[in-house]
Amino acid sequence: MHAPFNANAAAPLLSVEGVTLQYKTPDVVVTATRSVSFDVYPSDRFVLLGPSGCGKSTLLKAIGGYLHPVAGHIRLKGTEVTGPGPDRMMVFQEFDQLLPWKTVRENVIFALTSSGRAKPAEAEDRARSYIDKVGLTKFSDSYPHMLSGGMKQRVAIARGMAMEPDVLLMDEPFAALDALTRRKMQDELLRLWDDTRFTVLFVTHSIEEAIRVGTRILLLSPHPGEVKAELNSVPPEEMGTGKQAELETRINEMLFAAH
Amino acid sequence: MTDLVSFRPEIIRDVHSSDAPVIAKTLSIWERIYRLGFVRKGLILLVLATAWEAYGRWLGNPLLFPTFGQTVEAFVGNIANGIIPQRMLVSLQTLVIGYSIGIALASLLTTLAIGSRIGADLLETLTSMFNPLPAIALLPLALIWFGLGSGSVIFVLVHSVLWPIALNTHAGFRSVSNTLRMVGQNYGLRGLKLVRLILIPAAFPAILTGLKVGWAFAWRTLIAAELVFGVSSGSGGLGWFIYENRNQLETANVFAGLFTVILIGLFIENVVFATIERKTIRRWGMQH
Repeated sequence: MHAPFNANAAAPLLSVEGVTLQYKTPDVVVTATRSVSFDVYPSDRFVLLGPSGCGKSTLLKAIGGYLHPVAGHIRLKGTEVTGPGPDRMMVFQEFDQLLPWKTVRENVIFALTSSGRAKPAEAEDRARSYIDKVGLTKFSDSYPHMLSGGMKQRVAIARGMAMEPDVLLMDEPFAALDALTRRKMQDELLRLWDDTRFTVLFVTHSIEEAIRVGTRILLLSPHPGEVKAELNSVPPEEMGTGKQAELETRINEMLFAAH
Repeated sequence: MTDLVSFRPEIIRDVHSSDAPVIAKTLSIWERIYRLGFVRKGLILLVLATAWEAYGRWLGNPLLFPTFGQTVEAFVGNIANGIIPQRMLVSLQTLVIGYSIGIALASLLTTLAIGSRIGADLLETLTSMFNPLPAIALLPLALIWFGLGSGSVIFVLVHSVLWPIALNTHAGFRSVSNTLRMVGQNYGLRGLKLVRLILIPAAFPAILTGLKVGWAFAWRTLIAAELVFGVSSGSGGLGWFIYENRNQLETANVFAGLFTVILIGLFIENVVFATIERKTIRRWGMQH
């Protein structure tokens, strides 16, 4: 899979090439994205950013394998994506993504065993360690309905990470949280990333969140979604300096100047 | 304006939660007893029983309306001589057979319905046709097909159970959130495995409602069928017990039979189903 002629440049982990996505409503065919291309490399925190209607969530679902592009290719480690699978774990925005009939621990274990990612004994160990990583050890035996929204999202992240997928797909995972919790969760995600350096593809419509969370930001324009720019984010140590504000203004102008 | 801002000092205080006054106060014993649902309902039953006893005595005609005391006496007597338990067993046996066949057929139909478009159409057409049809109306036909015997009763039982369960289960499957389906697919689950591991537990509240409605229909249908049918295979059920005693003008026994029917209904509803509910959907927070 690694390009043999160039040992220095790693091959992209995920390559999206000229992807056009359409979905049908009873009356019309809507084009969600038009020939979108980008590459995600290992340990990237790649953010898809755009206003509502730019097809960023649809794009993420296509990468998840839930819908098929009408044109273009989505390849993970060189293999075409054909359907959903545990090598691309999704973290959804909705709080009901945990199975309500299983406890926090069982939710993580069930993900691992039912997908065949781990044997029961190993699943048990992994579940414990990842639940610990997100700080919910005390709640391992609680059912999801006893948890707050932020805690549910933490469990979903723990579950996603425990699967040790090639790429973690996060679809506005913090959008339904209150502002204070959202901020805390962003920091926590960065801390987790520092720990294991997993690859994450993150969808958001918040410029601020994109800059905080991402290392690289893909800007999409709405109706239909097209790539407007692919930018580098500000490194964490320069967060809060003029550079961050500058990038924010730049993105703002790019997204809204034309309209 | 600046005055308004500056003339009030800022307030910053330490919050001591240790010396807070008592927030929770225990209720008096009567208040606590009155809050228990079964105590209030028991009280209602007591009043009803007293009224029944009083009316029965005032009427003084045990052929028409035996008193509460006479009914209890007949009930205890028939339990002691083994007649009611034996009739009960016959009824419950038939019920379990009919109920199980109904559930099996309902699962088959709903599996077809979620598997294909035409299966869903089939289920919808059949349920809308047969659900409004009272099971007992099929009894004359059942008698022609299956003859006098438990076969006919089981046939009408299956009919009374099948449609409500199939209808509720199908509705339950359709109301499972798209997110949960996607989560299941994300784990690589497909087809029957997705149904078994994700859809059935996720739709369990609706499935349980179907089972409860099916049970209630089945129980009523069974007793009614036994009344019409009478004894066929040599040993009748509770319905036949009621019918038989009416013919012999043993009205207290008729009341005792009705009493048993009510008691079994209450037991299944408030003990069996309530326990299942408490251990599953309540515990999971899917119903409050």
